[in-house]
Amino acid sequence: MIYRETGQFKANYQDDQALFPIAQDRYVILVILLITFGLVPALLNEYWLNAILLPFLIYSLAALGLNILTGYCGQLSLGTGAFMAVGAFSVYKLMVAFPGIGFIPMVVLSGVITAAVGTIFGLPSLRIKGFYLAVATLAAQFFLIWLFNKVGWFFNYSATGMINAPPMTIFGAIVTGPKADPIAKYYLVAAFVAVFALAAKNIARGRIGRNWMAIRDMDIAAELIGVRPLIAKLSAFAVSSFYVGMAGALYFAVWLGSAEPTEAFDINQSFLVLFMIIIGGLGSVLGSFLGAAFLVIMPIMLKNLMVDGFGTTSALAEHIQIIVVGVLIIGFLIVEPHGLARLWRIAKEKMRLWPFPY
Amino acid sequence: MLFFIEVTLSGMMAGVMYSLVALGFVLIFKASGIFNFAQGVMALFAALTLVGLMEKFNFPIWLAIIGTIVVMIALAWLIERIMLRHLVNQEPIILFMATLGLAYVLEGMGDILWGSDVKVLDLGIPQGASDWMLDSFDIYIEKLEIFAAVTAAIMVAFLAVFFQKTRIGRALRAVADDHQAALSVGISLHTIWVIVWSVAGIVALVAGIMWGSKSGVQFSLSLIALKALPVLILGGFTSVPGAIIGGLIIGVGEKIAEVYLGPFVGGAIENWFAYMLALAFLLFRPQGLFGEKIIERV
Amino acid sequence: MNQQSSPETILAVENISLSFGVMKVLDSISFDIRRGEIRSIIGPNGAGKSSMLNVINGFYHPQEGSITFKGETRKQMAPHVAANHGIARTFQNIALFKGMSTLDNIMTGRNLKMKTNLFWQALHIGPARVEELENREAAEKIIDFLGIQAIRKKPVGKLPYGLQKRVELGRALAAEPELLLLDEPMAGMNSEEKEDMCRFVLDVNSEFGTTIALIEHDMGVVMDLSDRVLVLDYGKQLADGVPDEVRNNQDVIDAYLGVPHEH
Repeated sequence: MIYRETGQFKANYQDDQALFPIAQDRYVILVILLITFGLVPALLNEYWLNAILLPFLIYSLAALGLNILTGYCGQLSLGTGAFMAVGAFSVYKLMVAFPGIGFIPMVVLSGVITAAVGTIFGLPSLRIKGFYLAVATLAAQFFLIWLFNKVGWFFNYSATGMINAPPMTIFGAIVTGPKADPIAKYYLVAAFVAVFALAAKNIARGRIGRNWMAIRDMDIAAELIGVRPLIAKLSAFAVSSFYVGMAGALYFAVWLGSAEPTEAFDINQSFLVLFMIIIGGLGSVLGSFLGAAFLVIMPIMLKNLMVDGFGTTSALAEHIQIIVVGVLIIGFLIVEPHGLARLWRIAKEKMRLWPFPY
Repeated sequence: MLFFIEVTLSGMMAGVMYSLVALGFVLIFKASGIFNFAQGVMALFAALTLVGLMEKFNFPIWLAIIGTIVVMIALAWLIERIMLRHLVNQEPIILFMATLGLAYVLEGMGDILWGSDVKVLDLGIPQGASDWMLDSFDIYIEKLEIFAAVTAAIMVAFLAVFFQKTRIGRALRAVADDHQAALSVGISLHTIWVIVWSVAGIVALVAGIMWGSKSGVQFSLSLIALKALPVLILGGFTSVPGAIIGGLIIGVGEKIAEVYLGPFVGGAIENWFAYMLALAFLLFRPQGLFGEKIIERV
Repeated sequence: MNQQSSPETILAVENISLSFGVMKVLDSISFDIRRGEIRSIIGPNGAGKSSMLNVINGFYHPQEGSITFKGETRKQMAPHVAANHGIARTFQNIALFKGMSTLDNIMTGRNLKMKTNLFWQALHIGPARVEELENREAAEKIIDFLGIQAIRKKPVGKLPYGLQKRVELGRALAAEPELLLLDEPMAGMNSEEKEDMCRFVLDVNSEFGTTIALIEHDMGVVMDLSDRVLVLDYGKQLADGVPDEVRNNQDVIDAYLGVPHEH
């Protein structure tokens, strides 16, 4: 397929404003959607669905959420893990207390609850900036996890402190708990991610997204042209936490099935999602997906390669993986702070002009 | 009352430890405007190296310490060479995230080089309760903690002199003020950064020795070091005395909170108390105890 | 200069004093701006010119004095109030949103003209879509006016300096302001770029009827463009009047030629 925009003229602003102004992009998205919903479930086995695609999709949603806050609005958060926990515990309490309202509304509602919590912890952002704010979000991280550990109400006083997802069904298929159908789980999560990725893209290219970026790039100028920092920052915290909360709900209920707060949602989760958006690309919807894919698949591949290929111990493989992630973070920040998404765009630019260099 | 004093004192001693880590942060922040998230892991890495040199190569203590210092200086040089050099004039937040990556690299390297099991660090620092304090005031306090406090005091004095009186110290402060201006009067940014990161590495070694002697050299050390962040918020990012006082406040505050408040809410509030305290503090005084208010210009 | 707010006065500041700690930045400054005029503020570096603009659009809060804008008197402005009531500005050191395209920068300038909520925006249908298109058209008019069609989709951080200044003017114009504050719009430009910018300033003034207050160092430009000139020196008001009056004012000549100050 030749990637060209020659001959595709925009006669009005409506066409120029379209989500994917270049025809080939529209075909690519269509093909991706067809593959996602048509081919993948038919071709891939349970291992692929459970071990790679589910975490990839769920982390994509979380990365999208963090990217809204950090990539678009410029507010660094180290509390993603805790906000995922808020989503997880919300959906758990909803599943136990009101099993009748249906699983999809529950996940959305968990997002709403997380948005409320996130907004509260976003309040300090009105007075403090940069890494000061990062420390403030650390407060959220440690406090919330402690709360979910200590207050029995959250885990229904279970002896272990664990929460287990009871089975929920959508159109007759079980999507949570140990007996869940992998294909149904996959469809559910993929649908969630597709819908909310589109919504994120729409918000990002509209007025609200522009206001976020304005605050990120030059907050004082933004304020003086009438962007209210209060509203812009808190809305970023709310929308971001909404996404992260839904991701946390799916992470616990659909993927893990059971969770314990100190392990499933600790600070390393926060770092992992942050690394996804750095590697994928800050301020890019596509980047959230690329980063999530990279950090979900890379450790598995590395481990397979090292343990099966070179016969190293899995502990060593894990240490090397940590180093690789660290090196990649530094490398991307130095070479391409806009991550994989920018590399992809450069490649596209090159293709547009090919075979001419300019 | 005696119990309260004991709690306060033990809080202060923990606070000194936080201060030691915070000191490393302040040094680097002052000289390069970089918020070095890896400072805690640097302490872990230094302690691991020290133990490794002593155990695996049977170095005597003094040689192991010198060896570790050499390693930390080499590390500083590598960090400047490979990382900082390419990130000049980047946004602070990018630099911060780069040090997050650095923390991961150091953690992985430490584990691979020296193994990830918990190690005992015994440098012959006196252990056990201080008999003198126990006898004369009936207060229980560890000798190690007194030793740590004295070491910290000496180090702060040394650093103060270093910053105020030496030529390098003045150059450091110039760089902290304005990178480009410093460059234009002939100060080599690269040299300065290597020096600062080396000093921060040595401070990390001291912090690592103290923590390691107290509770063994293990990964949790780098998490404890995260507590240095709230310390910095209280003390201000650029103030050496601020780091000390902030450390003491956090140390004492969380001990008292744990002992007197903890039982009512299920305990373990030490995990988050420092951060919440810092958060509350930020809302009222964003520039820290000793920081100056900055007038924004457009 | 103690004029009462006459009908054609759009902005009047009375006895504004501003200090940071012990440093007095503005000392009892009073002046007015009439609707439709081009008003210049000049003075040596550190005279308080930028601070004066910062007070007018609410970024700095003066300790004393009052600001009357369109008949409403306030002790101080808030940035969003100023923006809402039609004050826009550009900055001495370009303050564009560097990561965004030219078009997005200008569209952000239209922020206050746009109202649809998060829900419609997420769906990008109905009112959100209509609103986006309407404002796109308005933004395109400004792009045409400034002749920056070719850089519409380029990230502004990588544009040359002169173009960035132009985009910044575009962003301010996008808000359709009644009073436009320009902080050294021609600083660091070559004479050709300066000429272009002068023409834009005059065109904005005559075509859109926008009142303009500008800070500028180039005396030639100031004397040619301005209807009236205010001179500040070390936070004090030195002179105020039409260009010819100011040019011949002895205090102004002294200040610029460097007669020693008595502090």
